[in-house]
Amino acid sequence: MSDSQTHIKDATAIELVYDRKQINMLIDHILDQAESQGYSSSALFAIRLAIEEAITNAFEHGHEKLDPSTPIRVEYAVTKYAVEVAIEDQGPGFSPSTLPDPTLQENLSKPSGRGVMLMQAYMTDVHFNNTGNRVKLRYIRPNDA
Amino acid sequence: MTDSRLRISENDGITVVEFVDRNILDEANIQAINEEITAVIERADTPKLLISFSNVDHLSSAALGALITINNKIREKTGQLHLANIDPQIYEVFVITRLNKLFNIHETTDEAHAAFTS
Repeated sequence: MSDSQTHIKDATAIELVYDRKQINMLIDHILDQAESQGYSSSALFAIRLAIEEAITNAFEHGHEKLDPSTPIRVEYAVTKYAVEVAIEDQGPGFSPSTLPDPTLQENLSKPSGRGVMLMQAYMTDVHFNNTGNRVKLRYIRPNDA
Repeated sequence: MTDSRLRISENDGITVVEFVDRNILDEANIQAINEEITAVIERADTPKLLISFSNVDHLSSAALGALITINNKIREKTGQLHLANIDPQIYEVFVITRLNKLFNIHETTDEAHAAFTS
């Protein structure tokens, strides 16, 4: 459920099942909108990466114990100033503050645990709702991107 | 069995792996890639692997995870892994995650070839 931190004004909302073609179509659609607004290739790279990570987390972790056909909800809004995407799963949620730092020497050889840090690295801001089953990614366009 | 998502060749005792796809994002594909490279590692006594990213535009943290698993398996067999031809935007992902400290990364496949020790 969205809260003030993860709400997107005037968003388009869709339900998405764990199907690679559908995921690609949605991400391409969002990026096409951003590209038509003149976002740079590095901005598009960042936005694609963050959305991919959030969608993968929702299905792989959020829906780990749910029926594979359970859909997630994606909301998005693209303007010339910002791209906002919220991804909400139907799982129990998690607490992002408890994630170990994957860049610590002792964690470098661990194969998982980098998705959230990549979202945070590439987006202007990343907010989770209190339950931890909804994340809002926001990329504010810099003056030169 | 699905089609291979990799091009694998041998050159002077070094197994060279290239990706067919420009985007390495899909969990199922990543798992298939992981299994295929693992089979190569298991066949060798001391595996020497060069992975070229020349065709790759995007990869996800799951793909990084597969690379780490591959690296761990090669180390268990005291083998060598070198990466090459990584797009600057993707290299930045390695830097952000500090995985540039874990992997041996080279600009070109020639430089990577030269870095293998016998």
